[in-house]
Amino acid sequence: MQALVIAAHGSHLNPDASDPTYAHADTIRETGAFDEVREAFWKEEPHFREVIRTLESDEVFVVPLFISEGYFTEQIIPRELRLDDWDPDQWESDGTSASQATLEAEDVGKTIHYCGPVGTHDAMTDVIIQRAETATEDPNVGDGFGLTVVGHGTDRNENSAKAIEYHSDRIAERDRFDEVTALFMDEEPEVDDVTDYFESDDIVVVPLFIADGYHTQEDIPEDMGLTEDYRLGWDVPSEVDGHQIWYTGAVGTEDLLADVLLERAADAGADIGDAREAVQKLAASVAETGADSGPEPNAGAGAGD
Amino acid sequence: MTVATDDLEILLERASAGVAFDGLHVAETDGEYTLETPVNEWTGLNETDLRQALESADEYVTNWRYWQEEIGSEGTARRAFLRWCERAPVTDAEPDEATTGPWSDGDGDADADGDALPVHERYDALRDGINREWGQLSITARFVDIDDPDGERVYDLWHVDDAGTDLGDLEVYDDPRDARDLATYDEDGRYRPLKTAPTLPGGWTFTGLSGDELVETVEFFYPATVANWHRELRGNLDVDHWLETAERQTGIYDVIDELPREAVEWMVEACCVDSQCLRRREWQYEEGDDLDVDGGDGPFPCREPCSLVIAAARKWAILESESERTYELELTTSELNQLEELIDAVAEGHTDEIREADVNDGANRYRARYLRAKRFDDEGDLEATQVDE
Repeated sequence: MQALVIAAHGSHLNPDASDPTYAHADTIRETGAFDEVREAFWKEEPHFREVIRTLESDEVFVVPLFISEGYFTEQIIPRELRLDDWDPDQWESDGTSASQATLEAEDVGKTIHYCGPVGTHDAMTDVIIQRAETATEDPNVGDGFGLTVVGHGTDRNENSAKAIEYHSDRIAERDRFDEVTALFMDEEPEVDDVTDYFESDDIVVVPLFIADGYHTQEDIPEDMGLTEDYRLGWDVPSEVDGHQIWYTGAVGTEDLLADVLLERAADAGADIGDAREAVQKLAASVAETGADSGPEPNAGAGAGD
Repeated sequence: MTVATDDLEILLERASAGVAFDGLHVAETDGEYTLETPVNEWTGLNETDLRQALESADEYVTNWRYWQEEIGSEGTARRAFLRWCERAPVTDAEPDEATTGPWSDGDGDADADGDALPVHERYDALRDGINREWGQLSITARFVDIDDPDGERVYDLWHVDDAGTDLGDLEVYDDPRDARDLATYDEDGRYRPLKTAPTLPGGWTFTGLSGDELVETVEFFYPATVANWHRELRGNLDVDHWLETAERQTGIYDVIDELPREAVEWMVEACCVDSQCLRRREWQYEEGDDLDVDGGDGPFPCREPCSLVIAAARKWAILESESERTYELELTTSELNQLEELIDAVAEGHTDEIREADVNDGANRYRARYLRAKRFDDEGDLEATQVDE
């Protein structure tokens, strides 16, 4: 038997923070690729600390639903899962290349394949592009468009910016969009000045965040000038300084993210059969019908606790 | 009641290796069979005799099939929980090794095997439905076919407060995942970050769940409770005490191990009591150093401080690092009493229950607004003077 654990942050204050975790877990449940699929959280239940014991499978694939390698993926999650022999060097990562490490959870004696976070997986690049397609309702979006990947950014962890730059570089290499750049909330170059970095009239803004919350639904839209008050909402696209801003909301809510979770587990040796095809088909059909396109304002107070 | 032909065939196949389960014993030696139930014993049976005899022991056969062939999973928490649901002996448990707590005190509803029923009594009871309580959940195990039971069980689930409510007045669900939404908000629509808070709203029911679906649903309402219950039952619940857990923290939570011992007592009195959480605190200050505050009578063992307690502890660790000062402020005796009533009403969550016009209650909104108008200055602060410097 094999199990998938999706390890996410969650929130004590905002019930919406765990929505993407549940949504992607349900998508993967429906593929039947794993005998057990379980959500686990730092701030909700089941907590990282107790999740492994709720599983009957001996082979457990843990995929962090986090954007970058850093404090949570390198310290918190392995410690709370009781992966006593863990050392970040086992990932042999330069900050964006973590794949997996096989360890034992000491309290249950099960084999844990501890995977790199979804945010740094190569397949995430496709999710960002899919996000742009969903928001513009145009499967061929690119020509005449600029795209920016927006991250939080922080002086405390250099890997935080690396993940953002990694994907924006990869998208740029594809020559699909006229211009591609990485922007940040808390470091230069800042998303506040988004129009300064583009000549294109149309700019797709994709925040590389897991859940829609305080940052993606309040800070960033106001900082970019999409709206004076997030509670009033904004249009997609919105006009700012003569540019059309296509703001997509958190990339983590994109249906295709379930595919990245599956890929992480498959890279670590999980037998997932044709689950990826099923998820890709589902994501494509949702994108086509535009079932969940566009951000929803007022998504809550954010996962900042 | 009838025994399905398939059940008999499978049982006959297993007989050569011996079958022993819930009072049913079947053995084969050189083509001769023995069959034993708590009420009958047959020896020297050929295959035809055995088939006939098994027909008269139908309850034992269908019971065996349900547990051994359908549920299986011996040794798992899932199986033990389903056995507990219908008051079957939780055979995987080692009662002698059980730790302290309601699950192992030898009597009471929550005991694992103390009130276990033998097969024929369980079969009678399963026709009417066997009820169990799991926190604020009421679980009923019953036969799918009550008139002609074939051993197949299903499970219903609702809020304990809805026990007397007509099914037609409840919202009916059958997908375990719906439990996540039902557990997200309390009756007043406020977010419930602690799943074991005694604030689960009612008005819903899950009906006709399979065993696996029941366990999944229960786990969405009360994550990890089945696993930890099973561990406690088997005497291997691992408890992480306060200091251990506090010292493990890093980042912004690194400070919590500085919380004074006395403040840890106040903290558990504030957070870890029956009125706030259905878990029974098994963790202490540290091994061999118990906290004075009682761990409570909650049904689920709490094996370490939860993330809410950790987050709150950080706040208190920071607040407790402040030194005490002496202030002078003017209050009448009644106003001092009123402060006590205000704090008490908020701490007990009673502010909503205070009637609009009940000005006798110190925590009445108009009384509070009057006190603020009288004693706060223009900045909205209490007019108090620090006098120790």
